[in-house]
Amino acid sequence: MTSKALLRVENLSKTFFLHEQNKVIPSSSQVNLTVYSGKLTALIGPTGAGKSSVLKSIYRTYLPSSGRLLYETAAGVTLDLALALEHQILELRREEIGFVTQFLHTLPRQKTLDVVAMPLYRQGVGKLEGRARAAELLAELNIPERLWEVPPATFSGGEKQRVNLARGLIASPRLLLLDEPTASLDAKTTDRVVDLIQRKKQQGVGMLAIFHHADLVKRMADEVVELSVPVVSA
Amino acid sequence: MDKILEVKGLSQVYGKGCDLCFASTGPEFETNICPHCGSIVALHDLSFDLYKGEILGIMGESGSGKSTAVKCLYFDQMPVSGSALFFDDSGQKPLFKLNPAQRRSLRNHRFGMVYQNPNLGLNFDISAGGNIAERLLMSQVMNYSEIRERARELLARTEVLTERMDELPKNFSGGMQQRVQIAKALATRPPLLLLDEVTTGLDLSVQAKILDLILEIQSELNTAMIVVTHDLGVIRLLAGRTLVMKYGRVIERGLTDQILEDPQHAYTQQLVASAL
Ligand SMILES: Nc1ncnc2c1ncn2[C@@H]1O[C@H](COP(=O)(O)OP(=O)(O)OP(=O)(O)O)[C@@H](O)[C@H]1O
Ligand SMILES: [Mg+2]
Ligand SMILES: [Zn+2]
Repeated sequence: MTSKALLRVENLSKTFFLHEQNKVIPSSSQVNLTVYSGKLTALIGPTGAGKSSVLKSIYRTYLPSSGRLLYETAAGVTLDLALALEHQILELRREEIGFVTQFLHTLPRQKTLDVVAMPLYRQGVGKLEGRARAAELLAELNIPERLWEVPPATFSGGEKQRVNLARGLIASPRLLLLDEPTASLDAKTTDRVVDLIQRKKQQGVGMLAIFHHADLVKRMADEVVELSVPVVSA
Repeated sequence: MDKILEVKGLSQVYGKGCDLCFASTGPEFETNICPHCGSIVALHDLSFDLYKGEILGIMGESGSGKSTAVKCLYFDQMPVSGSALFFDDSGQKPLFKLNPAQRRSLRNHRFGMVYQNPNLGLNFDISAGGNIAERLLMSQVMNYSEIRERARELLARTEVLTERMDELPKNFSGGMQQRVQIAKALATRPPLLLLDEVTTGLDLSVQAKILDLILEIQSELNTAMIVVTHDLGVIRLLAGRTLVMKYGRVIERGLTDQILEDPQHAYTQQLVASAL
């Protein structure tokens, strides 16, 4: 079975212009990659190569400076994410594209179960079902049950990361962007996360991921794309 | 997704105004005061769409025109120019062309407002419960005990101690007053809610409760909201899209995370950097 190209990134570059310092900062330059449904593409390269910037440009947290980000929507339309309207992006975020970042922004009083179930609520799933599915995922990721009814604000780095991961995976997006999803986990928990990600792949989710460890790339990647640090022009 | 509001070219001038007002104010002149006639250009050429259930953030420094924008939409004042189309269940309504009775009806039934200054949103001479009852009376037929029951429900929902519903809101803390205002605004389950600095000046723990409440309301009732604030944290937690204003103009707009992580305009970069 050949998988479909879900996302084709063509010549993506991202630069920042800092007005205060009147300075252009190149972040990613001339990036080309493809993500296929049911496969994982790993982004590798040294710090400063702009790996996270590529993910953020795809999610439109950053405005791409040039290049095309051609995404095949569930409805069968090819959409350039660099040019898509804000409402289109918001809808894709709700329905099709997930992003697991290293940070967790949550409401102060929101319980972990609800934090994780939030993407389902946004799709109109009821509280009962949403919480049940969140519980399942949290159990699988080894988050002790006593933490489920507590807001994640006081959790350890590794616990927060898994909450974040659970939230990213729960709605089974078509495209999942992962920024170091296992960075602060021990070996045993990492194995669980790896299992879970493999299973999502089998379900057809296409992934673009940054891993902090070469070993993880070897275990999980179907494609590897290497970035190099952009050159600063004088 | 369905549109609920479409605002085009909204402008507001305080003062007699002249032909040069718009051309000689704004960010590039670093003032909203017309040098020719001394009028204040509080708002110029504000345009945006709002969808059902969406939260739009408006941020900007003091005096940038944020409150003016929502006050115009709530009919507290008439803009000097511009249009706003409200897509109601019963059809489209051009807000600034409606007659006073139609406007009153939208205000009472379809829009909710929480003012920056609780003085404006609450009647301090009647009890907290009475404030809510007043809004219910204007909008539907209910008997006394039904109204009281509903007021109690709303206050409980916004975590105002219901034992205090017969007290005057002027005796309440700022956080409580804001919650009574929210309860009052929600009384008619309006599809559009305007929130002007709802959390400003409140303790962090009270802020947190109010933010939670706002998101609960959004997901339960699919309420569209315009959230005006100069607090970037509030914008980050609540709004999907954000407008940045300065001297009455929108200087930047975008997805909220993009505005905060990759601001394009010099002013927004400064705002974000100073908030870190
Ligand atoms: N009724 C009025 N008469 C005259 N000037 C006014 C009036 N209301 C507002 N202004 C002026 O219009 C400008 C915009 O005011 P507005 O209250 O909309 O600002 P804002 O962005 O809400 O500020 P803040 O963050 O301080 O609440 C300011 O220069 C203000 O002084
Ligand atoms: Mg104001
Ligand atoms: Zn003038």
